[in-house]
Amino acid sequence: MKIIVCVKQVPDTNEVRINQETGTLIRDGVPSIINPDDKNAIEGALALKDIHGGHVTVLSMGPPQAKEALKEALAMGADEAVLLSDRAFAGSDTWATSTILAAAIEAIGGYDIIFCGRQAIDGDTAQVGPETAEFLNIPQVTYAKHIKAVGDRVQITRYTEYGDYVIEAKMPLLLTAIKELNEPRFPSVRGIFKAYSTDDVKVWTLDDLKIDMTQIGLKGSPTNVFRSFVPVKEKNSLIIEGQNGKEKAAALINKLTDLKLV
Amino acid sequence: MNRAKVNQGNNLADYHDVWVIAEQNEGKIHPVTIELVGEGRKLADSLAKKLAVVVPGADAEDEARKLLHYNVDKVYYIKHPLLKDFSTEGYALSISELILEKQPEVVLLGATSIGRDIAPRIAGKVGTGLTADCTKLEVDGEDHKLLQTRPAFGGNLMATIVCPKNRPQMSTVRPGVMEKAAYHQEIHGKLEIFIPSLKEEEIRTVLIEKVKSDKKKVNLIDAKVIVSGGRGLKAPEGFALVRALAEKVNGEVGSSRACVDAGWIEHLHQVGQTGTTVRPDLYIACGISGAIQHLAGMSEAKYIVAINKDPNAPIFKVCDYGIVGDINEVIPAMIEAIDKNGSFEI
Ligand SMILES: Cc1cc2nc3c(=O)[nH]c(=O)nc-3n(C[C@H](O)[C@H](O)[C@H](O)COP(=O)(O)OP(=O)(O)OC[C@H]3O[C@@H](n4cnc5c(N)ncnc54)[C@H](O)[C@@H]3O)c2cc1C
Ligand SMILES: Nc1ncnc2c1ncn2[C@@H]1O[C@H](COP(=O)(O)O)[C@@H](O)[C@H]1O
Repeated sequence: MKIIVCVKQVPDTNEVRINQETGTLIRDGVPSIINPDDKNAIEGALALKDIHGGHVTVLSMGPPQAKEALKEALAMGADEAVLLSDRAFAGSDTWATSTILAAAIEAIGGYDIIFCGRQAIDGDTAQVGPETAEFLNIPQVTYAKHIKAVGDRVQITRYTEYGDYVIEAKMPLLLTAIKELNEPRFPSVRGIFKAYSTDDVKVWTLDDLKIDMTQIGLKGSPTNVFRSFVPVKEKNSLIIEGQNGKEKAAALINKLTDLKLV
Repeated sequence: MNRAKVNQGNNLADYHDVWVIAEQNEGKIHPVTIELVGEGRKLADSLAKKLAVVVPGADAEDEARKLLHYNVDKVYYIKHPLLKDFSTEGYALSISELILEKQPEVVLLGATSIGRDIAPRIAGKVGTGLTADCTKLEVDGEDHKLLQTRPAFGGNLMATIVCPKNRPQMSTVRPGVMEKAAYHQEIHGKLEIFIPSLKEEEIRTVLIEKVKSDKKKVNLIDAKVIVSGGRGLKAPEGFALVRALAEKVNGEVGSSRACVDAGWIEHLHQVGQTGTTVRPDLYIACGISGAIQHLAGMSEAKYIVAINKDPNAPIFKVCDYGIVGDINEVIPAMIEAIDKNGSFEI
């Protein structure tokens, strides 16, 4: 089974701070991590490989430092890693990113399953997986929480607000993983040693891909950021004073009763 | 590969109307559709355009017709036996076909697990940009472009996105954020049936089973009062306290992600960026620190009450009323005070 996993390196949003004046991200000192859902995607791919055998390629588009994320994936057990890095890719929105990822997936070729995370925690769009599937003209199942491969078919349990759907599809197809899918494994000591002692990450640039330049980068992206700002909350918080919890609770309930909230 | 492209120099003046793609399950319309109709009306009015709702389905004509009561100019009912159950390709193909034929200027979908599944495929088929999970939509006063505002970086930053050169301008919109359209007895719009050219082999997935969850439905979105518990509860048993208070105030039980991750309560109860966005009249946060991802889902509540033993907890910055104290003492005392004050009717 040949599996390709799309992995994004993202800033840890628990640590993100914003420059209040410029409304931009302070990236200094903010650790970069593999996007959490993508770790579930990697684990999903490795688990299928454990059962059915095969080959797992991890694929990322990003600046040279995104190599770190791919190395971590190699340490977890992926067989091959490709980083797509080129100035021409900068400023890509989901359309352009999916265009580039789809071109790279075509270049790798011969795949059975493409895995993505459901959504990346920086942009939170959940669009790159489905758009990539669209450009590859393959079916997709998003929000996957359980996966089973039988012959040339895959059976997926997918979350919906109405209850889970069990869906079956023939390979090739694209899946997006949610947290409920699995518990990502930790890299093994041997894996870490191998991934970090060699430089096994292939780096591809624009020249390595067959791609329509009008569909990528800042210029090719149909959506642009018009402005960004820090959300402000103007609240007059009142901390209720009192001798003890009982007094405070009674004062609070009186206030809420006055407001007809209770 | 033959795929749609963006930036093909299309004439923007050829596109009209604001569309809402309805979500229905077994003939029942999802509440986010009514929210989008409310918001779509405002946008259509400020663009001086018409508002249409699109309902794909097999047996949903009656439900589709009902949408005319929400001050809608037109309902397109996309009718096909293959649209009986949801499938990504069946829905995306037939909605795209209608979009390409009628050329709407704005297309809105709910940012549900279904909407976020098909919207990117629709955008991919018609060749336009898509903005995910918007919490605010406005029309630019100057050139009438759609300003689509959404949280990024877990709500630390808000970004306003535009789609200047391609049409339709498409967004998915977060459920629970926009105000619902009002029901009117009289109608002025019409229902039009559209038969898509869908073929069975175009749908490459098979729905084997819908797993009905027999659990009680948690309705956080419509709740007027929510009592939420966080890691401060210390153990799953802590939710008994939260539940008791919720019952007293006729509220639903919410939770932070920490408790869901710890397995104390189901994900259905989670409020926040990766849970549900809520806007109740009253939100009572018990033992919740107020991480940005949690605030992203509840800061629109009319009144926020925070109970936390750490006076520096960030939740106190966004609350209306705060109590610095131990929930094990404060919650029982609140219940007692309510009993003393008499009935607790909303
Ligand atoms: C990508 C991403 C998405 C996320 N999405 C969400 C989301 O949707 N929703 C969400 O909630 N979180 C989300 N989180 C997690 C979020 O960052 C926080 O980790 C989480 O909200 C913390 O939950 P908490 O407030 O219950 O726990 P803690 O931060 O541990 O806070 C517990 C609080 O309880 C107080 N406390 C302890 N004991 C008592 C007591 N006896 N009486 C009173 N107070 C007490 C403490 O002072 C503390 O403030 C997300 C994180 C990431 C990275
Ligand atoms: N630059 C990228 N490189 C590789 N994969 C990506 C990239 N951006 C997004 N993805 C994949 O698409 C998923 C959804 O991302 P997003 O649409 O940005 O929320 C991620 O979880 C990744 O699997």
